[in-house]
Amino acid sequence: MKILVPVKRVVDYNVKVRVKADGSGIETAGVKMSMNPFDEIGVEEAVRLREKGVATDIVAVSMGVPQCAETIRTALAMGADRGILVETDVELQPLAVAKLLKAIADKEQPRLIILGKQAIDDDMSATGQMLAALLGWPQGTFASKITIEGDNITVTREVDGGLETVALTLPAIVTTDLRLNEPRYASLPNIMKARKKPIENIKPADLGVDPTPRLTTLKVADPPKRQAGVKVGSVAELVAKLRTEAKVI
Amino acid sequence: MTALVLLEFDASGIKQPSRGAVAAASKLGEVHALVAGSGLDAAAQAAAKLPGVAKVLVADAPALDHLLAEPTAALLVALAPNYDHLLAATTAVGKNIMPRVAALLDVQPISDIADVVDADTFVRPIYAGNGMATVKSADTKKVITVRAASFDPVAAEGGSATIEPVSIPDLPGMSRFISAELSKSERPELTAARVVISGGRGMQAGDNFKLLEPIADKLGAAVGASRAAVDAGFVPNDYQVGQTGKIVAPELYIAVGISGAIQHLAGMKDSKVIVAINKDEEAPIFQVADYGLVADLFKALPELAEELERS
Repeated sequence: MKILVPVKRVVDYNVKVRVKADGSGIETAGVKMSMNPFDEIGVEEAVRLREKGVATDIVAVSMGVPQCAETIRTALAMGADRGILVETDVELQPLAVAKLLKAIADKEQPRLIILGKQAIDDDMSATGQMLAALLGWPQGTFASKITIEGDNITVTREVDGGLETVALTLPAIVTTDLRLNEPRYASLPNIMKARKKPIENIKPADLGVDPTPRLTTLKVADPPKRQAGVKVGSVAELVAKLRTEAKVI
Repeated sequence: MTALVLLEFDASGIKQPSRGAVAAASKLGEVHALVAGSGLDAAAQAAAKLPGVAKVLVADAPALDHLLAEPTAALLVALAPNYDHLLAATTAVGKNIMPRVAALLDVQPISDIADVVDADTFVRPIYAGNGMATVKSADTKKVITVRAASFDPVAAEGGSATIEPVSIPDLPGMSRFISAELSKSERPELTAARVVISGGRGMQAGDNFKLLEPIADKLGAAVGASRAAVDAGFVPNDYQVGQTGKIVAPELYIAVGISGAIQHLAGMKDSKVIVAINKDEEAPIFQVADYGLVADLFKALPELAEELERS
């Protein structure tokens, strides 16, 4: 079984992001970039499925600027077999990404596509569901556990009140939640090996997709700032202030 | 302009996040509401009482139970020609369904809006709320999820909408509900509670969350946790407040033994009043807290329970 794992290059999880002074976006110049953490979980899950003998071929896909090849290399070092880079300068939004992935899926014919539940930059949480719609496949989103038997996949999902389990028929889409697994660190030998793995370079036009964004960002502002308040000396003082000053209890 | 809001409900009525989505939709024009599933009489009645809702559409089909994404998206797509805006709350249900609807309509969804500027323009958080982006959609139809904490939810009573059944389109049966393991709790849901008290890594063990209970009882609070506490296995993951967990904005948020990672702050910094109890006076949580108490939580919590008892 072939698995497709889309991976997005985003500002590293640990970077404290800053809004640009002119309000045009987030400062990304000179900022460390990494693979979206939820996508890392997707790559890890695919590699584990191959280790269990369920998957045979893992294809990592990334899209955007040429440096997205580095994100694909990370996936290859974790265990993916080959990569596809869709290179473009156009800002890609989930609808365009889903269309590009659909075109790749039509060609590659994977049985399973594992995506992160959201990217930590635009926080849209949309691409997996949209890809499922375009392919006409079922979706198991926010997965904390998956089990594959033959053509059936059981997905345990993290929902608001706890967990929900659904059964889907392959081919299917899964999006990962935090607790699906803990991604491995790539070992040095595997990083070396990843350099020799192939990455195919294509353009949106090769896939017949118009990636023009539908949303225009008019401005990005800082969120309202909270001021640090006061320190209280005792529990009694705290309760008194909550009662008489804040009036919330 | 008319907007359609997909409602979530349980035995006690229309859920608060959905009432927040109705509030957001009311800024766009006439509001219709949709309830889907089987045995919908009570839900339809409750929806008809929401102020601002003009019409309730009732989609009665067992295939829509549990609001699985595939059939529910097909239903919304069938109803879409009559509407300019399709909305749901940013919940596990809304996030699962609405992007699927958007793709089927060839629309870029607008996720997790925190404000409505006009019919095409919305404000939404990016980078875990570290930036607020104003975005304008070029699509003729808008598919939207609503950050309920950013809108005053409409009341549960006061409206008198008409109720109308809708015809059910062909619903895909490619997914099947197996089971739900929902945390049983007498307490309010995290996203709906007026007061939230959360524990972090400083709680040291799951058992110690019992120390929060008498306080939660007294204040009618929901109990939450930081990601660190969830990852350490102290409490189940549906307790998690933060960027990748639940976004809450209660009147009072009490953070106990929580250092205040960006991840956590993203989920609670819109709370009206924030209290932090932490023994580390350098903890970043104190930078957003209205009232900070530098203390050992194992001493402070029993004292707090006692002090609240004394009123």
